[in-house]
Amino acid sequence: MEPLTWTGSLSVLDPVFLLAWVALGIAVVVQIVATFLAAEDIVEHEVSAFTRKMAEYSVLGVKIVAGLILLLILVYAIAGILMPTMEDKGIVGTVSTRLLPVWIALLATFAASIAFKRRLGFYGKLFDSMVGMIGFAIVMFWVFTAIFGAMDLIVTHDPLAQVSGMKNKVPGTALPNVEGAFPYYLLGGDNLARDVFSRVVKGAWEVVKVAPFATLFAFMVGITLGLPAAYFGGRLDTILSFVSNLILAFPVILLFYLLVTPEIVQTGIPVYMAAVLFIFPIIFMVILINSRFHVQPVKRSVYLVITLVLGLWIYSGVAWNADPLGLIEFPPNLLVVFVSVVFVNSPTVFRIVRGIALDIKTRDYVAAGQTRGEGPWYIMLWEILPNARGPLIVDFCLRIGYTTILLGTLGFFGLGLSPESPDWGSTINDGRKLLSIFPHPALAPAFSLMSLVLGLNLLADGLREESLRD
Amino acid sequence: MGVFILRRVAVMILTALCLTFVVFFLTNLYPALEKLAKTQGNQRMSDEAVVSYLERHGHLQPLLVKYGQWLGVAPGHVHENPETGAITARCATRGMDPSEAPRFCGLLQGDWGFSTVFKDDVSNIIAVRLGLTGKLMFWVLVVMVPSALVIGVLAGMREGSRMDRSLSTFSIASTATPEYVSGVILITLLASSAGWKIFKGTATSAADNATLENFLLPVLTISLYGVGYIARMTRASMTEVMTAQYIRTARLKGVSFRNVVLKHALRNALIAPFTVIMLQFPWLLNGVVIVETLFNYKGFGWVLVQAAGNNDISLLLACSVVAVVVVLVTQLISDIGYVFLNPRIQIS
Repeated sequence: MEPLTWTGSLSVLDPVFLLAWVALGIAVVVQIVATFLAAEDIVEHEVSAFTRKMAEYSVLGVKIVAGLILLLILVYAIAGILMPTMEDKGIVGTVSTRLLPVWIALLATFAASIAFKRRLGFYGKLFDSMVGMIGFAIVMFWVFTAIFGAMDLIVTHDPLAQVSGMKNKVPGTALPNVEGAFPYYLLGGDNLARDVFSRVVKGAWEVVKVAPFATLFAFMVGITLGLPAAYFGGRLDTILSFVSNLILAFPVILLFYLLVTPEIVQTGIPVYMAAVLFIFPIIFMVILINSRFHVQPVKRSVYLVITLVLGLWIYSGVAWNADPLGLIEFPPNLLVVFVSVVFVNSPTVFRIVRGIALDIKTRDYVAAGQTRGEGPWYIMLWEILPNARGPLIVDFCLRIGYTTILLGTLGFFGLGLSPESPDWGSTINDGRKLLSIFPHPALAPAFSLMSLVLGLNLLADGLREESLRD
Repeated sequence: MGVFILRRVAVMILTALCLTFVVFFLTNLYPALEKLAKTQGNQRMSDEAVVSYLERHGHLQPLLVKYGQWLGVAPGHVHENPETGAITARCATRGMDPSEAPRFCGLLQGDWGFSTVFKDDVSNIIAVRLGLTGKLMFWVLVVMVPSALVIGVLAGMREGSRMDRSLSTFSIASTATPEYVSGVILITLLASSAGWKIFKGTATSAADNATLENFLLPVLTISLYGVGYIARMTRASMTEVMTAQYIRTARLKGVSFRNVVLKHALRNALIAPFTVIMLQFPWLLNGVVIVETLFNYKGFGWVLVQAAGNNDISLLLACSVVAVVVVLVTQLISDIGYVFLNPRIQIS
C-alpha cells in the first residue's frame, strides 16, 4: 500500500499554509521593529507618519495572517474528519479523526464552562483571560487524550507490540500485512518497530497519572511544614529552613541517581521515605478537621474517624504495599519515581508557603483571630491558608509543569520507570541515538511534552492575571 | 559585613558536611558495596569472598569512621591479613609499600581517592572534566545573560505593549522547553538529514577544538532554558522600576525615553536579575548534565552520570562535593552581591 501523505487530498492547501507561516514570521519581525520605532517617535515628539502607518499595518498584518493559519489548521482538522477514506484524510486528518472523542470532550467542557462562568468562582474567571483559556485548552487536550488513551479509544496499536519491517519507518507508512489491525503507523515506527503515535498517547497517561498527584503531595508536605514554620518561627523555623535548603542545594539529577538506582531501592530507603512523606496528607487532613470542628465534638469525631480509616487504608496500600483488603496496589518502581519527585518538590513549596504565611501573619485579621482566642492551627489552616490560595494555585499549575519536566528527565536518564515504558522521557531517550537520521520517534514526544508544559505555564499566567484583578 | 560573611560561610560548611554525609551514606549502603566488590573482583564471588574483600578494603567499618577517613580527619584504614600477613592500606597509592603509607589521606590532604571506572586519580579526572564544563558554562553565560537581560529590559520598559507581549510569550515558551526537548528539536532542525545539516549533533570533538559547528548547539540548548526565566525576572523588575516616582519625575522633566531607560531605570532594574542569575547555577548544572549526555560532550556532567551509573563511590562523592560547593558558593555570592548592590538592605 502507498504510504499516507501528510494532508491527503487537502494537499492543495499546503503551499498556502507554508506561505502563511513565512508571512507570519516576516510580519512579526516587522511589527516588533515598527512598533518599537513608532513608540520611540511618540515620546520624542517627532511624529513620523511613515513609521506610524507601518506599525499599524504590521499589527493588522499579523492578525490577518495568524487568523488565516488558525483557519487553515481548523480546515485540516475538520475536513480531515469528514473525508471518507484514510488516503483522502492524510496523516493530519486521520490523527484528527482518532482524536474525535478528545475534541468532543473539549468542546463540551468549554461550552459548559463558558455558559456558567459567572457561577463557577475562581475557575469561571479563567475564561475571561485569553491566555488562560489557551493554556487550559492545551492542558485539557492532554488530559482527555491521556484518559481516552488509557481507555484504548485513541491508540491504533499496542504501544509495546513490535511489527517486523516497521523499524524507523517514516510517518504514514502502511503496515506490511494488515489483518484486522490499523493499516498505518500514523507517526511512524521507532527503533524497535513500535507505533510512535500510540506510544505518545499512552505516554500522556504516564504523565497525567503521576504529575498532578505528586505535586499535590508535595503541596501537602510543604503546607503542613511551612505554615507552622512561619507562624511559630524560632527554632522550628530554623531547623526546617536548614533542612529544606539542604535538599535544595542538592543537584536534582544527583539526587535522582542516588535514590532511584536498583541498589538503593533494594535497601528499601525509598519505601521509608514514602512512609514519611505520605503520612503528611493524613496529618494535614486530621489537623484541618480537628481545628475546624474542635467545638463540635460529635461531628469532629465522626469526620476524624472517617478520615483516619480512609487515610490509613490508602496509606498502607500505597506506601507499604500492604493493603489489608488487597484493593490498592502501587507498582514499586512507580513508587520510587513518585517519592523522589515529591521529595524534590516539597522544599520549594515549603519556602513559598513560609514566605506567604510570614507576610499574612502580620495582617490585622490574624491578630483579631488571636484575640478571639482561636487556636494556632485554626488560624494557620482556616485564616492564613485560604488567603494564600491565589499564589498557591498559580504555583500549583507551574509546579505540575515542572514535575512533568522532572519525570521526563528521569525517563531521559532511564531511571525508575521500566525500559519498555511509553513515557515521553524514555521515548526521547530511545530516539536520541539515531536522531540525525530518524528524528521522528524523538520529535513526537518532545513536542508533546513541550506543549503540555507550555499549556500549564500559560494557564498559570492566566490565573495569575485574574487573581491580581481581584 | 564581616560577621555576616563569616556566619554564612559557617552555615555553608555545615551544609556541605551534611550533604556529603548523605551522599556518603547512600553510596556506602551494603548492596552498593556488594556491587563494588563484584565489579572489582569477579561477578560470581561468593558471599564470604565479598565480605572478606570489603573487610580487607575497610568498607565494613562504622559509617562515621569511614566518613572521617574520607574527609582526612581519621587515620586511614590499615588491614593486616591474619594468615599471610599481607597489609592493605587505604592510604597506600599504587606501587607503594603499604607499610610506608601516610597515616591520613582524605579531602583535607588533597587525596580524593581512586576512580574504579576510569582507573585514574579522581582529582585528575575532576580537574580535566571541570575545565571542559567550565568552557561550556562560559559560553552559555556569554550567550544567555546578555540576551536575557536585553529581552527582559525591552519587554519591561513598556508594560503591556506588543513587544512586551511577544517577548513574554517567547520567555514562557523557552521556560516550558527543557533541555532534552530543545536539544532534540535543534538537532533535528540544524543537524540532521531531515533538516538543514549545518551543525554537528555531537560535541565530542569540541573538547579539544571548539568551533561554531560543534559547540553552538549545546550552548544554545542550555541557554534557551535559562533565558526565559532570567528574562521574566528582569521584566518584572524593570516594570516595577518604570512605575517608580523618580522615573515619572525624569519623564516630566523632559528627559528623553531612551535616556530614562538607559541612565535612570536600567541600573536599578538589574539588581534583582543579578540574584536570579546567580541562583540559576544549580539549574545550569542540571542542564549541563542533560546536554553533555545528549551531545556526548565529555565534561563534568558526563562524568557524574558515569560515576552514578557505575557506582564509582570516590568519583561520585567528589562530583557531589563539587556540585554542592558550586551551589553554595553561588548562593553566598548572590547574597553578598545583593547587599552590595542594594544599599537599602541592612544586615541584621
